[in-house]
Amino acid sequence: MMLEPRIIRTLEEIVGTDNVTTHPTDMLCYSYDATQQSFLPDVVVFPADTAQISLIVKLANVENVPVFPRGAGSGFSGGSLPISGGIVLATARMDKILEIDEENLVARVQPGVVTEQFQLAVEKLGLFYPPDPASLKFSTLGGNAAECAGGPRCVKYGVTKDYIIGLEVVTPQGDIIRTGGVTMKGVVGYDLTKLMVGSEGTLGIITELIIKLLPLPEAKKTMLIMFDSIDGAAQAVSAIIRGKIIPATLEFMDAATLECVRKGTDLKIPAAAKAVLIVEVDGEAQMLDRQTSRISEIVQPLGVVETRIAATPAQSEELWKMRRSVSASLRNVNPDKFNEDICVPRSKVPDMIRRVDEISQRYAIPIVNFGHAGDGNIHVNIMVDAKQEGQLEKAQAAIKEVFAAALEFGGTMSGEHGVGNTKAPYLSMELDPAAVAYMQTIKHALDPKNILNPGKILLEQPVELD
Amino acid sequence: MGRHKTLEDFRPQIDACVKCGACQAQCAVYKSLKRESTVARGKIAIAAALLDKKGPVDERFVLDMSQCLLCGSCHDKCPNLVPTDEIVLAARREIAERKGLSTFGKVLTGVIKRPKLMDVLAKGGARMEKLIFRKVPQHSGLRLRFPVPFIAADRYLPEMTPKPLRERVPEYIPAQQDNESKPLSAFFTGCMINYTYPQIGEALVKVFRFLDLPLWIPPAQGCCGLPAHAAGDVATVDQLADANVTAFAQRKVDTVITACASCNAGIGKYYRAMGDQYAALGKQAEDVLVFLVRMGLVEKLQALPRVENPTRVTYHDPCHLRTQGITAEPRALLKALPGVEFVEMEGAEHCCGLGGTFSVYHYDTSRTIGARKADGIKSSGAELVASACPGCIMQLQDSINHAGLNKQACHVLELIALDLP
Repeated sequence: MMLEPRIIRTLEEIVGTDNVTTHPTDMLCYSYDATQQSFLPDVVVFPADTAQISLIVKLANVENVPVFPRGAGSGFSGGSLPISGGIVLATARMDKILEIDEENLVARVQPGVVTEQFQLAVEKLGLFYPPDPASLKFSTLGGNAAECAGGPRCVKYGVTKDYIIGLEVVTPQGDIIRTGGVTMKGVVGYDLTKLMVGSEGTLGIITELIIKLLPLPEAKKTMLIMFDSIDGAAQAVSAIIRGKIIPATLEFMDAATLECVRKGTDLKIPAAAKAVLIVEVDGEAQMLDRQTSRISEIVQPLGVVETRIAATPAQSEELWKMRRSVSASLRNVNPDKFNEDICVPRSKVPDMIRRVDEISQRYAIPIVNFGHAGDGNIHVNIMVDAKQEGQLEKAQAAIKEVFAAALEFGGTMSGEHGVGNTKAPYLSMELDPAAVAYMQTIKHALDPKNILNPGKILLEQPVELD
Repeated sequence: MGRHKTLEDFRPQIDACVKCGACQAQCAVYKSLKRESTVARGKIAIAAALLDKKGPVDERFVLDMSQCLLCGSCHDKCPNLVPTDEIVLAARREIAERKGLSTFGKVLTGVIKRPKLMDVLAKGGARMEKLIFRKVPQHSGLRLRFPVPFIAADRYLPEMTPKPLRERVPEYIPAQQDNESKPLSAFFTGCMINYTYPQIGEALVKVFRFLDLPLWIPPAQGCCGLPAHAAGDVATVDQLADANVTAFAQRKVDTVITACASCNAGIGKYYRAMGDQYAALGKQAEDVLVFLVRMGLVEKLQALPRVENPTRVTYHDPCHLRTQGITAEPRALLKALPGVEFVEMEGAEHCCGLGGTFSVYHYDTSRTIGARKADGIKSSGAELVASACPGCIMQLQDSINHAGLNKQACHVLELIALDLP
């Protein structure tokens, strides 16, 4: 699609010439995200405020041009990709923290604020914003809300949607609405805030967020426990929670992951270790030692190979190194990875891992699993070499089986990455036709011309899955 | 002739970028401009397009490749360790090779459109240049760093000394005792210490005298070649490297010390990558602060009587040391100084924004980055900010001045020299 010059001119009038680009280099640079797919937009705009976004969306409706909102472009499901050309609307300039209200424990921010910057700002005041997606150092709060991002701490603290209590949104037809508010309670009308969070930019563009804050936990303590089997590690997760301790994080790595880390780093991991849990407890400092020793007691009968407990922040960092080295180590297995983020009930984690191993063997593709054991959210990394013929097809088939298994165990295809365009073809595996139709009705009613982020979550033309 | 990698040589590393976006958290230029083409992920995409013959070497390409501080922060924190700094350098060599050496400067003057520059030029920049650089050889990196016509009128510049360091101190200073059994260090002074900050070199000499260690300052040494590297000028890099290899081969030394982090990278990191005949000198390069810690200076400083009202000092990590993991030694020395109360500042590890020629061509962005640094210095409450690179020191002073702070930037060596008996 080539956009008429007058459309570009109007965009320039709205945001200023410096904030509109059609240069081929910029089109290339705004064509991708962390899925490594690439779709060239026709124009990229950098609006400064809500009013400008409203005008852009109204123009897009008049001219029938799709609009693709983009934060940091770090998504793992293609949520920000301009898959049919058109306008990329980057929120980079809307990066101000507008207010941190210490009396009411809420903050107001623009969508382009980087998550970690916000966390640091509130932590300086002794406050806490828990959601911690792995991308928090660069992803934006707007993007986090659009995808309903998760993270390790969600086992105790919940996900992004649990902290967004109000929004300002530009609707698919360009109106500006406010949802929710600054109060913890509010039941007037539909809960549009919850509808927007996780809607992946298909139902509106988030232009301001009202965020609930907690008091910052006084201290935290990290322990790393190695098990001789994945079953032991999984049972440990349930046992810890049954023991009435909810750790702030409960991360696991399976045998295949540990093998990658052994090969990729010089970290010491005993040969007998087949699974690792990294457990972090937080709260009042005096409680933490009691909690870690209680956890040690609980897990002891479950095949513990070794337990390391960090006494200092530096030692804690040392323990986390094992988890942080995973991504880079994976490349030693195969150059390309499909990172799926299925989620199953906590108790089904060992079944799921066994099934994935079986799929991995059957397709002769390495699959490495790690992730958030506490909430059953497993990062299934299907490692392939895309340059080898047939590997991509095999990976696609394996991914579909992984999704099917997750659903069979009562789980979901995506715990935190969202559907985007990558999982859109599989939507009907998880949702029944009536539910899909319900969503389509909402989308069509709000966005009759399919202007906002078309082709995400819901396909324009549903595909037949064999 | 040195061996310089081409962009094509970096194909595997370019392919290793998985577009995760982690570089956005590291890049000071990106944080100022918020455009994808300025961050490593974007530059890698642009470089890949060139290799795949889908993108040209045009004005825009030159601009994009110029917008890099070469600080290496993105390389450090990249999950796949993609060396974007080296890839940018290879792209700049590609520009020089295809379009000629002057392209970089020419295109950028056109593109950055800073009218003030043109004023300076009109007011006889050439005459000024002659005045300033009288003493500086034609191939010194200083001429690349401060191409006078480009320099913003309100930029702080250290004065060029009428008497360079190497004219101030003897070529060889033996140890008073057991000279023969002590390790001999050759001092690679670098252009900035020789021509603009000779006091750093003099401080180094004082510290060596205190430790009674022999020091040789090879008279025939020249510029390390880093600024030429940054401009993609391989012929000058080779010429300078050849001269330095010859100059340092005149005596057998145990170590080649630098007091400029950039020179340390210039002869250390880059000579090592250029082939065997340069690698020997490259492997000998050692930052002076690392050397001094190795020689037990920390313990000797701790033994000195403490001063009553110590000066509050913070430290800025030069990128060319930080990326080598050299962060503890300068701090250990500062903490050991009897007249210093050391405090950390927020963002000590962030680039100062100089980036060699970057600050010349993109002074506005450089200033934005520097302003953040000044905030960190201010809130640390320090009176002095010490560093280990004259380039950083110049930029820090510029940022401090623009922020209206009454503080001073200096080299760790100067503080050590002050506290020695």
